[in-house]
Amino acid sequence: MTALQRILRPAFWRLDDWTSRVFGAAWNPLYNLGALGFFFYWIVAVSGIYVYVFFDTGVTEAYDSVAYMTEDQWYLAGVMRSLHRYAGDAMVVVMVVHLIREFSYDRLRGARWFSWLTGVPIVLLVLASGITGYWLVWDQLAQYVAIATTEWLDWLPIFGEPIARNFLAPDALDDRFFTWLVFLHIAVPLLLLLALWLHLQRVSQPRINPPRGLAAASFAALLALSLVVPATSHAPADLAMVPTVLNLDWFYLGFYPLLDLWSHGTVWVTAAILTLTLAAMPWLPPFRRPAVALVNLDNCNGCARCAEDCPFNAISMERRTDGKPFDREAVVKGSLCVSCGICAGSCPTATPFRRAGALVPGIELPDATLATLRDRLDRTADPAGQQVYLIACEHGVRPETLRRPGLAVAALPCVGALPPSFIDYLLSRCGAAGVYLAGCAEGNCHFRLGDTWTEARLERRRDPGLRKRVPRERVRCDGFAPHQSVRLRRSVETFLHDVRELPTQEIPSARQLGARFGRAHGDGGVGSP
Amino acid sequence: MIRALRYVGQAAVLAAFVAAVGFFSGNPSFRHFPEGEALLKVSFSHGGDRKVECRKRTPEELAELAANMRSALDCPRERVELRFEIDLDGEPLYQALLPPAGLAGDGPSRVYERFALPAGRHVLDLRLRDSRRSEGFDHVARRAVEFDAGQSVAVDFRGGEGFIIR
Ligand code: HEM
Ligand code: SF4
Ligand code: SF4
Repeated sequence: MTALQRILRPAFWRLDDWTSRVFGAAWNPLYNLGALGFFFYWIVAVSGIYVYVFFDTGVTEAYDSVAYMTEDQWYLAGVMRSLHRYAGDAMVVVMVVHLIREFSYDRLRGARWFSWLTGVPIVLLVLASGITGYWLVWDQLAQYVAIATTEWLDWLPIFGEPIARNFLAPDALDDRFFTWLVFLHIAVPLLLLLALWLHLQRVSQPRINPPRGLAAASFAALLALSLVVPATSHAPADLAMVPTVLNLDWFYLGFYPLLDLWSHGTVWVTAAILTLTLAAMPWLPPFRRPAVALVNLDNCNGCARCAEDCPFNAISMERRTDGKPFDREAVVKGSLCVSCGICAGSCPTATPFRRAGALVPGIELPDATLATLRDRLDRTADPAGQQVYLIACEHGVRPETLRRPGLAVAALPCVGALPPSFIDYLLSRCGAAGVYLAGCAEGNCHFRLGDTWTEARLERRRDPGLRKRVPRERVRCDGFAPHQSVRLRRSVETFLHDVRELPTQEIPSARQLGARFGRAHGDGGVGSP
Repeated sequence: MIRALRYVGQAAVLAAFVAAVGFFSGNPSFRHFPEGEALLKVSFSHGGDRKVECRKRTPEELAELAANMRSALDCPRERVELRFEIDLDGEPLYQALLPPAGLAGDGPSRVYERFALPAGRHVLDLRLRDSRRSEGFDHVARRAVEFDAGQSVAVDFRGGEGFIIR
C-alpha cells in the first residue's frame, strides 16, 4: 500500500499544483472533489424529479415516455434527462478521483479511518443508483442490465425463485415487478444520501458546496454536453430477442462484460475481495498513532476556541469538573484526534510570553509541546536582529533542506499549530527580522483547516488573532507541496531580502537576549508584555 | 494575458472532463452476444413428489401423539430430487439432478440455464423425472424450434401443462 502511495503522491503534488495554477487554489477542482460529488448529486436529484414527472412506470409505457422527453420535449425534459445521466457519470468520476486522492495522501489511517470506511458503501450505493436507473428506460440496454444483474444476483443462494425468471419471456414481466424497479431507483439514492451524511460525521465544517464559480462552470459544461450530445435510448426492449451490441455507460456498467467472460461466482468473489480490500485499507499496514492532544485543566478557561477549530470534531465542551469558576472545559475524544496540534494554535492560554510558571497551555500535543518549541526558538535567537524564522509544516517542504545562515527553522505538525502569539514573541523578544510560515500546499492542508485558520488568525478574522502591534510586513505565510523546495527557497530569499530592507525595528537588548540563551523555561525571566 | 490564459485553461479542463464523460457514457460499444446465434433459456420451478409415500399410522402410534396431532396419515414433507435432461438435435446438451429447495427439502426444485445455439432449426428432446421411480421419466417432450439469429427462446415447465416453449 505504502509503495503505491509513494508513486501516486508525487503525481498528485504536481497535478494539484498544475490545476491550482489554472483554477486558483480555492477553485481547484481537485480540492473540491467531495463538494463536486455533492453538487452532481443535487443536479441528479433535481433533474431526476423533473424527469420522473413525465415518466410512466408501466412496462410498455416507460420506453415511450422516455422517448417523448428526448424527442418531443428535447429542450427541457430531454435536457433534464441528459443532465441526469451526465451528472451521474460525473459523480462517479469525482468519487473515484476523490478516493484515489485521499488514499494517496494517506488521509485514511489512524483516526481518519471512519471517513474512508463509510466511503466504501458509498461506492456501492452510487453504482447501484446508476444501475437501477438504466433499467427504467426499458430499452435493450435496460433489458441487458436487468437480466445480467438478476442472473448474477441469483447466483447467491438467498433468493427463492430465480429473479431472472421475471425476464424469461415477453409475457413474464409484469407492471408490478417493473414498479418495484422504479422504487429501487428512488430508494437507493436516498440511502446514498444517508451514507453521505454519515461519511461527514467526523469532519468539522466539511466542504460540501463547491465555490460558486466552479459550480457554475461545471454546470455550464454539463449543460453544454447535454445540448450537444443528448442522452438517447437503445431500441425498445424485447424479451423475445437477445440484446447483442450495446453502448454501455462504462462509468456504471463497466464491469458487466466480466459477467460474460467469467463465471458468476468468480465475479462475486472478485467483487467481495475488492470491497474487503478497500474497506481494510486504513489498516494496511497498521498505523502507529502519535499521542493525541491533552487538556491541562489548570490552564483551560473553557473558551471553546479549540473545539471550534478542531478539524475532526475531536473536542467537546463539557461541564466543568474541577470547581474552577468557568462553565465548561475542553475534553478531547482520543479516538477522533489526528494529532494535528491545531487546538494548541487556537488556545488563548498558549502564550510564550508567560514566564510565571511553566509554559503549559490549556491544550497541546504531548509530543510537540509549546514549551519545547519556545526553548528551541529561544536558543536560536539572534542578537543582531537579522534572522528570519521559518516555521514549516511537516507535510510540506522539509525545512532542514533550507538551512542557511540567517535562517532559523522549526517544523510543526501543521502551521495551524502555532499560536499567533509566538510570531509576536519571535519578533519582539527573539530579535527576529521576520517570520515565514510555510504550510503544505495552499488549499490542500493535510489537516483540512490548518491553513484556513492560520490565515484568518493572521488577518485577525479569527481568534486568537495576531496582535495589532505586530508589523505585518515582517510576517509571511504561504503554502508549498513537498516537491516545491526550490520555490520555497526562492520565496524565503525574497522575504529575507525584503525584511532586511525594512527600517531596523527596536529589538531587545543583547543583555536581555543573552540572559535567555540556554535558559530552562519557566524561570520567571521576562514578564508578560 | 495570464488571466485570459487561465480562463482558457479552465475551459479546456472542463471541456475535456465533460467530453470524457460524454464519450464513456456510451462508448466504446460492446458485443454481448455473438452474431448469428440464438439464445435458449431453460428455466422452471417445479416440486417433485414426496420422497416417502404417506403411511397410515397404527392405533398405537396415534395414541402416543398429542390429541391435536392425531392425523391418520404420516406424510414426511421431503420431496424427491428431479432428474432433468435436454438433448439438442440428438446430442446431450444438459443433464442435472435438481434438489428440492428449503432446509427440510420440501420446496420446489429450480433450474435456470442459458445456452447459445447457432441460428436455425433445432430439435429439443426434454425429459423430466419428478416421481419416486428410479428409471425412466414422467414427462417427455420433443419440440422442433426455429431459432432466428438473436432470438431468445425459453423452455418452461408447468405441472399441469408439461413443457412449454415461451
Ligand atoms: C460521491 C461520493 C462521495 C462524496 C460526495 C464525498 C464527499 C466528501 C466530502 C465533502 C468530504 C469532506 C472534505 C473536506 O471538507 O475535507 C469527504 C472526505 C473524505 N472522503 Fe469522501 N465522498 C465520497 C466518496 C468517498 C469514497 C468512496 C471514499 C473512500 C472509500 C471517501 C473517502 C473520504 C475520506 C478518507 C475523507 C476524509 C477526510 C479527512 O480525514 O480529511 N469518500 N468526502
Ligand atoms: S482553547 Fe484552551 S482555554 Fe479554550 S477551551 Fe480549549 S483548552 Fe480551554
Ligand atoms: S490535535 Fe487538537 S485540533 Fe487536532 S484533531 Fe486532535 S484535538 Fe483536534
